[in-house]
Amino acid sequence: MSSVSATPRYRRRRWRNRLATTLAIAAAGLGLTWLVLILLVLVVKGVGGLSLEVFTEMTPPPGSAGGLLNAIVGSLLLTILAVLFGTPLGILAGTYMAEYGRYSKLTLVVRFINDILLSAPSIVVGLFVYEIMVAQMGHFSAWAGAVALAILVIPVVVRTTEDMLLLVPTTLREASAALGVPQWLVIRHVAYRAARAGMITGVLLAVARITGETAPLLFTALNNQFFSWNLNAPMASLPVVIFQFALSPYEDWQQLAWTGALLITVAVLGLSILARALSSKKVQI
Amino acid sequence: MDAAVAGRDIALVHAEGKRATALRRFRRGDIAFKSITLVSAITVLVLLAGVMVALLHGSLPAWRAFGLGFLTSESWNPVTEKFGALPAIYGTVVTSVIAMLIGVPVSLGIAFFLTEICPERLRRTIGTAIELLAGIPSIIYGIWGLFVFAPWFQVHVQPLLIDTFANIPLLDQLFAGPPYGIGMLTAGLILAIMVLPFITSITREVFETVPPVLKEAAYGIGCTRWEVIRRVVIPYTRVGIIGGVMLGLGRALGETMAVTFVIGNAHRIVTSILAPGTTISASIANEFTEAVGELYTSSLIALGLILFFITFVVLAAARLMLMRIAMKAGN
Repeated sequence: MSSVSATPRYRRRRWRNRLATTLAIAAAGLGLTWLVLILLVLVVKGVGGLSLEVFTEMTPPPGSAGGLLNAIVGSLLLTILAVLFGTPLGILAGTYMAEYGRYSKLTLVVRFINDILLSAPSIVVGLFVYEIMVAQMGHFSAWAGAVALAILVIPVVVRTTEDMLLLVPTTLREASAALGVPQWLVIRHVAYRAARAGMITGVLLAVARITGETAPLLFTALNNQFFSWNLNAPMASLPVVIFQFALSPYEDWQQLAWTGALLITVAVLGLSILARALSSKKVQI
Repeated sequence: MDAAVAGRDIALVHAEGKRATALRRFRRGDIAFKSITLVSAITVLVLLAGVMVALLHGSLPAWRAFGLGFLTSESWNPVTEKFGALPAIYGTVVTSVIAMLIGVPVSLGIAFFLTEICPERLRRTIGTAIELLAGIPSIIYGIWGLFVFAPWFQVHVQPLLIDTFANIPLLDQLFAGPPYGIGMLTAGLILAIMVLPFITSITREVFETVPPVLKEAAYGIGCTRWEVIRRVVIPYTRVGIIGGVMLGLGRALGETMAVTFVIGNAHRIVTSILAPGTTISASIANEFTEAVGELYTSSLIALGLILFFITFVVLAAARLMLMRIAMKAGN
């Protein structure tokens, strides 16, 4: 043995292996360091501004105290609308791909295009909605913002719905078909039920994805300094307010931006962890 | 309604002897449901086509005014209404290349660590932590990059880079001062952190498609971990890795908010990567709502069309490669 371990070739191989291992551990350490650093800074800078006023007061003019109420409500409203628009369409499209057209060419094409939409730049979606809605109606509106976010929801839901329905054993479907249940009722009562947890995960992941989206809202929902329920008018949202406040020269605005950033990150990470806990199978986005 | 209720309905229908009516209703329901799902699936395709058509339509005035010269012109002057895409395309490519140069080796390292080195017990936790990086919204990277990373980078790293490369030809041009803090290198570095979880997660997945027998055989004849990765795993999964890298590249090219914060928004082409520049997405995010006049708006939409085209090609190539590795794993 000792004669083998002494050869230069063996030493070189061992040395290379150690170097590669060390570098890989360093890479993992680097990745974790960034995560910790970002979260740490967010907490340190954000917690200071956290108070009840953040949730009860409107966004202030520079130099006076205020909160983020209108932005928080705006974000919630836009998210709910986007999920309401995007989820049914995504689930139905995913249903076609997994159930009716499992082996069709159309499914292959839709899957391919959907995967591209999944990673397409969100700012382009913003431009698209600006062209088809804002430019046509002549003004920015919460509707346009919700549609832009819905377009980001669709590919996520399509992907998870299809994946989850494909996991449902065919024997389940065959058993109910043998009882004489038509296919659409098999899908609704058997396949959906079996895949429910996974499909909910998909919706949660979609919500997590759009919660922090800023780019598609910049020129659709725009921003609004005041509280508004009017969906035909511009509406404030947390990400856009953070963008505006962070780049402003006013210290109290910057503080609110950090607090908003902390809120969004907690919400998004909470959603993704919840989604993970719900699904035993890993969902790939 | 659930399966039991449906079953009872069917039983009732039988009992009443309305079999034919029920069957007709079932068939109509099936046709209706199938049609709705089919239309929804087609809507996904229409959506993509719609994006292209809308951007093409919106950018027509710019193409009419500048022709293909729009792609090669360096000027960006809202006052004289002369617009060109080259500085934005250049910035997009440079920041993405920096992100890939740093992000890819680190991602491969993490994937190597997670599949071969990390103790089984920690694997899930560390893997999840890395994937959480993907969950952090891009605006958070932006605000963090501008207020925390850029000032630190300006004081501690950029002067070092400038001094180190000051006397080396070519590199002194690439790392020419002054240290602004923000700029193309800063944007590239933040993009590198952002694409890391995407590339890592796909690389990990394709690493797991390698049949254990292959790896065990290699370990059996005395290969080191590194040799197993280098000679067995990477050759086996090459196509998938390239697919993952291109998926990351697609993300980097289109990333908007993080870049907008730290790029400096300067429409010019400078050799120094420490200098402020702009990218396609940052230009649109910064200028679109303030753009006055049809030609200005239209030029920004034309930028969006170019970005969509580039990312479409990159992402399509990525998906084709990942499909190939998936078929290989399926066989």
